[in-house]
Amino acid sequence: MWKAESLQGSLDLLVLKILSRQPRLHGYAIMSAIQSRSGEVLRVEEGSLYPALHRMEEAGWIRSKWITKDNGRRARVYELSAAGKKQLSSEESRWLAVTAAVNRVLRTV
Amino acid sequence: MSLWSRIANVFRGDRLSRDIEEEFQSHIEEAIQQGRDPAEARRAFGGALRLREESRDVRLIGWLDSLRADAVFGWRQLKKNKVTTAAAILSLALGIGACAGAFRLIDALLVRPLPVAGPDQLYALARQAIGPEGKLETFDGWAYPAFQLMRAAVKDQAELIAISYSDRTDLTYGSDQEFEKAYRQFVSEWMFSSFGLRPALGRLFTESDDVKPGGHPYAVLSYDYWTRRFGKDPEVIGRSFRMDKNLYQIVGVGPEGFTGTEPGTLTDVFIPTMMHPGAVRRDWTWMRTLARVKPGVALEPLAAKLGAISRAFEEDRAKAFTNMPQKELENFLNQKLLLEPAAAGVSDLQGDYRRPLAALAVLVALVLLIACANVANLMTAQAAARAREMALRVSIGAGRRRLVQLVLVESAWLAIFAAALGGVFAWWSAPLVVSMLNPADNPVRLLLPADWRVLGFGLVLTVGVTLLFGLAPALRASAIQPVSALKGGEDPHARRRLMHALVGLQTAFCFMVLFVAGLFVATFERLSHQPTGFSADRVLTLETVTESPQSPDNWEQVAEHLRALPGVERVAVASSTLLGGWSWNNFISVNGAPPNGMLAYLLSVSPSWRETMKIPLIAGRDFRPSDTYPGTAIVNETFAKVYFGAENPVGKPFEMLLDEGRRFPFQVVGLVGDVRYRDVREPILPQAYYPFREVDAKGALEPRSSGIVVVRTSATNPLAMASILRREVARARPGFRVSNIRTQKEINESHTLRERLLARLALFFGLVALLLAGVGLYGVLDYSVVQRRREIGIRMALGAPVGNIARHVTTAALFMVLAGALGGLALGMVAVRYIESLFYQVKPTDPAMLALPSLIILAAALLAAMPGVIRAVRIDPAAVLRAE
Repeated sequence: MWKAESLQGSLDLLVLKILSRQPRLHGYAIMSAIQSRSGEVLRVEEGSLYPALHRMEEAGWIRSKWITKDNGRRARVYELSAAGKKQLSSEESRWLAVTAAVNRVLRTV
Repeated sequence: MSLWSRIANVFRGDRLSRDIEEEFQSHIEEAIQQGRDPAEARRAFGGALRLREESRDVRLIGWLDSLRADAVFGWRQLKKNKVTTAAAILSLALGIGACAGAFRLIDALLVRPLPVAGPDQLYALARQAIGPEGKLETFDGWAYPAFQLMRAAVKDQAELIAISYSDRTDLTYGSDQEFEKAYRQFVSEWMFSSFGLRPALGRLFTESDDVKPGGHPYAVLSYDYWTRRFGKDPEVIGRSFRMDKNLYQIVGVGPEGFTGTEPGTLTDVFIPTMMHPGAVRRDWTWMRTLARVKPGVALEPLAAKLGAISRAFEEDRAKAFTNMPQKELENFLNQKLLLEPAAAGVSDLQGDYRRPLAALAVLVALVLLIACANVANLMTAQAAARAREMALRVSIGAGRRRLVQLVLVESAWLAIFAAALGGVFAWWSAPLVVSMLNPADNPVRLLLPADWRVLGFGLVLTVGVTLLFGLAPALRASAIQPVSALKGGEDPHARRRLMHALVGLQTAFCFMVLFVAGLFVATFERLSHQPTGFSADRVLTLETVTESPQSPDNWEQVAEHLRALPGVERVAVASSTLLGGWSWNNFISVNGAPPNGMLAYLLSVSPSWRETMKIPLIAGRDFRPSDTYPGTAIVNETFAKVYFGAENPVGKPFEMLLDEGRRFPFQVVGLVGDVRYRDVREPILPQAYYPFREVDAKGALEPRSSGIVVVRTSATNPLAMASILRREVARARPGFRVSNIRTQKEINESHTLRERLLARLALFFGLVALLLAGVGLYGVLDYSVVQRRREIGIRMALGAPVGNIARHVTTAALFMVLAGALGGLALGMVAVRYIESLFYQVKPTDPAMLALPSLIILAAALLAAMPGVIRAVRIDPAAVLRAE
């Protein structure tokens, strides 16, 4: 299994993308979503996820709020902000540009 | 989230940590629910604490958070030592407050630019020449015709503006019974436009308002006066008031904040210069000249050009001075014209108080430094007690910077509290000092706004003070060596050396403050006990004016009417009051000889005046009702000495020399004692009195429209009779009106107000300095005794006598006190050179002046050392050694 953060800058992109499809996810759900959607290839570690979430919240890309779960416990869920949407599209295009470039290199050599 | 939320998070750090913790918990629970192994799920999180700190740091501003933590910790430290904290804050507050108060005064009087366009381009014209007393004197008045010539000559380089000396005058908006006081200035019509000022209401003066002498009875009110007198009534435009003999129409109100050009006076009404009765007189200097110098114009040539015009004018005028001795004439004409920066305006108050305020500022700065030294010693002593805590912090990884910050934040707490308290002190004290600058009936009115200048100064002062007393202890604390400190064996002498050095510094400053205070107090004592030659007790002076000039007989009738009143002992009339600020002089010729260069000072008085003032008659007789001017004169002893040598002057003739070669003959009929005529500082002047009853060349009585009615009452408080006398003067004869009433005592005291203020303030700060330095010495000795308990205990156990112990404890500190006093003496001797002009009959080298502060400091030092010594000799060796 790959660690998602080992691909430079991809963790933010993955989190943003997941939140754009499914709003209001808590940390564990985001982690699971990345794992399942990548076909169990990518895995995010807790030690990287939470600082990244808090950092992105600080940057204003995502918003958080506390909800009460069915079992009565509180959980913090995250959703994309307007700035986050913009950030997602720019991250996406950046990612595509980088991977395209890498692919080009692989094809020519 | 924004910067704001990160700042806010600093102050709810606990909640932040709890939130993060809770989020992690819910994550783990979720994982367990999904079927993961609990232990594995927890392990996956890794170092939860590290993670939490990492997330926390994202959400708040790290340095601010540590600052907050230090502030909370420092606050607890201060609360732990309540008494020392309170003492430190109080002493600092006094120092900061005094400095801020001094700054407010100096700024308002000397520095703050006038609220006009381009204040830096403003210069004031002044002329310097050797005066009649043979000393270099500066004078800034000109006759208006001379101003007109100068203005025309330099109009390409500078715009000259005429502004009269502000005076307190009578005006009425209604009947004669409703006269009130207002401060007025006659100003050039173009002053407002040149200053770039716009009216708040109505209009300001225009081109046509200042052309024909006496032809423009218009007035502009100042915004301040409009607010105070009329409650900002817009209907005021078009109203009129009577002043002197003219009816003035109010045409406008000046802009807010502009109160004339004389700091210390707030002008109420502005009048065009052409309305001044002296506008066409070549011999009446009643106005200052301000110059707005155009950019790029050199000052020196401009001053020279103006000087040449002024000299030509005076030379032309001096053709009529045929009676003036040649040397005096040369001195008079050899004037040097000066252009002095006038961004802050010009006033006599500035000249009078520039040096005194600077001296006071130095004194309060020294007091602040003494307070800082005290607090620095306190912090050092506390840091010693906390050496282990600091060492521990270093050992577990606190950076040096954090330690410096920790101690500095604690200092900042002290400084902030002290600054707040000091701000209150400054807010209260500055107006109090201003109220002591002038007599009560003519107060100095100085705007003391608390704007960004004052706040900025306060802030700089607070930060400066924090660094001053906090930096050294902070650096010392941060330089701690954990190993030696935890072992408890740090070099204790290094710390004591710093503290002793500060004690020495404190003593030096304290000596200086006491030394200067002593000189000021002695000056005031000598000046206020200066004999005046007359009795001011129970004397009232009634400045009286008449609607139209009245014959001397009518004036005498008014005096006679007052004499009949109960409570009135004696009444007389004179042209002016003694020591009242007015003086009139002329050259005298004896036996037709040319004048000897000494001016005689003159006063016209009615026959009963000498008795009313209780001036002793030495020879000859008093004036009789039939005596007239010119004709008879009474002279004082100095006059007799200067003009008649050792001879008895009674019966001898002399001539008074006037302009255009006129000579008035007099015969001396009486010789009286010397009195103070103009000032209490200068030597006694040669003086001649002549009768109030004046006749012209044809022998007709000369009527007068103003005079001083002098009343000696039998009441202990003469002012109690003021309103009765005011009423009775008006009743005695129609047309007479009292414009102002002052006691002679108040007039006398007005000459020593500055000295009284300096003496009081210097004495106050001297006592504060002494108290602070005493407390400082006490603290240091006490600390060193506590620190050396073991050593003292061992010495005592080994049989050292009490005297030895006492000497051992105090020697170093008392040596520093001695060294400090000597240093203070040297500093003081150098410093007083700059303020020598403020002293009167007091020499800084006077042994008494030096001995007094030395003795006081020695006594205070011994007193302050006492508790420490007692503590040392009471140490019980057994108890100390057992405790170890």
